[in-house]
Amino acid sequence: MNQVMEIDRLNLHYGDFHALKEINLGIPEKTVTAFIGPSGCGKSTFLRTLNRMNDLVPGVQIGGSVKLDGQDIYGADTDVEVLRKRVGMVFQQPNPFPKSIFDNVAYGPRLHGIRDKSRLNDIVERSLRGASLWEEVKDLLGKSALSLSGGQQQRLCIARALAVEPEVLLMDEATSALDPISTLKIEELVRELKKEYTIVMVTHNMHQAARVSDRTVFFLNGELVEAEETEKLFSNPTDARTEDYITGRFG
Amino acid sequence: MNAMRQPSPGGPGDAKPAAAPAQGKPDSAGAKKGGPSAGNPARPKRSRRSRTASEWQGKAYTLICVAILIVTIFSMVFFVASKGLATFFTNGVSVSEFLTGIKWSPDGEPPSFGALPFITGSFATSILAACIAAPLSFCAAVFMTELMPKFGKRFMQPVIELLAGIPSVVYGFVGLSVVVPFLRSIFPGQGLGIAAGAIVLSIMILPTITSIATDSLSNLPRGLKEGSYALGATRWQTISRSILPAVLPSMLTGVVLGIARAFGEALAVQMVIGNSPHIPRSLFESASTLTSVITLSMGNTVKDTVQNNVLWSLALVLLVMTFVFVGIVRLLERRARR
Repeated sequence: MNQVMEIDRLNLHYGDFHALKEINLGIPEKTVTAFIGPSGCGKSTFLRTLNRMNDLVPGVQIGGSVKLDGQDIYGADTDVEVLRKRVGMVFQQPNPFPKSIFDNVAYGPRLHGIRDKSRLNDIVERSLRGASLWEEVKDLLGKSALSLSGGQQQRLCIARALAVEPEVLLMDEATSALDPISTLKIEELVRELKKEYTIVMVTHNMHQAARVSDRTVFFLNGELVEAEETEKLFSNPTDARTEDYITGRFG
Repeated sequence: MNAMRQPSPGGPGDAKPAAAPAQGKPDSAGAKKGGPSAGNPARPKRSRRSRTASEWQGKAYTLICVAILIVTIFSMVFFVASKGLATFFTNGVSVSEFLTGIKWSPDGEPPSFGALPFITGSFATSILAACIAAPLSFCAAVFMTELMPKFGKRFMQPVIELLAGIPSVVYGFVGLSVVVPFLRSIFPGQGLGIAAGAIVLSIMILPTITSIATDSLSNLPRGLKEGSYALGATRWQTISRSILPAVLPSMLTGVVLGIARAFGEALAVQMVIGNSPHIPRSLFESASTLTSVITLSMGNTVKDTVQNNVLWSLALVLLVMTFVFVGIVRLLERRARR
């Protein structure tokens, strides 16, 4: 299968702390890849190297390469803004802007120079439909995004990310702040979205990884322990540490 | 040796001797084994009666303090209002003449008491000052929180806070010897006037607005910025499209507080504004503010004359405007919280 992103011998240091060690991983197109592992194992940090969000953190040093469609995103000629447009992100806490629902979704397209009102309307509707939020909010587009429920806010954030037409969508524990019903909705959405997008999600809920992902990657102490088809990893892991973790012996 | 081993307040070893000399009355509360782990053992146990007595004492102290405060505030307001209103009720000056008249000659024949020049002077200087200070403050705050947080926290912030501590006479002096000659060399006129006053005031209110802007910037949720960056925004796009709108309500609060401060500032303004009692035709023409007239004239009037009372009326206008500003700030804060 075609690999959208290829990570080669990635090392990341926070000051003196070696947070990610020699990570090698390929992320196949139009699949859901889930990162699991105990807290502090580096899975979120790793996710954030994929769209260079770690650039915002002072003291981070990165070695190795991360390729998106064959091009190194840490190369000198990479435009970080273009990269983040191509690799969208949804965060743990829903973080809509304190603006109207419409302006939230239109924020990205406007950044990238789309001014035409009817085009923005189309994008907003398409993105909200893509995040299966359209039916709920189509009459309240002018209302503040903060008036939505937590689950709706998170789907709005997904819609906002979809509005700039990314190729890859990163989800950093996107359901951990939500109630079970909202979580279920987002999981359904992820299954829908993978027809068009490549999705990489961090979750500390192994059941979620088992439910929605095609491939699962297990991290421990900054190392990538095992990357496998989800079914295989949960039924027949190769590494003993993976087995200990998924059977609940630690973490 | 004792100095090296600093006793921690909860340390059981130190607590025992401290608790021993306490009133050893085994009341119901003392019966359960509180011991060193529960609460602060160094504090002696009190009987219920002495506890309620100290409770009363504390209540009495606070009540007295609050009463003094309330009495002071209300008597101030009452005093200013009664004196200020006497102009209209005792001396028979018409309110509309006072508020809209443009001729101020209390000693004239007949005297006229038009305070509009001062009211406009006050508003013009303070609003202009806020217009100068607000963008500067916002940029300073963005610089200190977003661009160079380390340098900002360690160096910029103390410097800006220092501005707040400089006495206003120093501002006035600097204004008179730097700003006024500068304006005189560029624009027609003496250099004294609303422009000079506004420039001096803008520096004086810079710390107020900056510190409020800095606070609200550093209290922004982290996700706001990340959300913007994650959509491919540049730093400036993030600041202008996502951070600025989010802090605008609290910025406005800071601006209004700044205006309120500028409105009430007397000395520095008086030194650079020129103090002529009419509405100036340009920003570089001599003018007056409510405060500058009061400070200039109060020594030259006799108590209970109309000339004195009318100064109180000016003070009353200041007081009312202060209330209005406080009201606006409250309103803005309530709106920002929603």
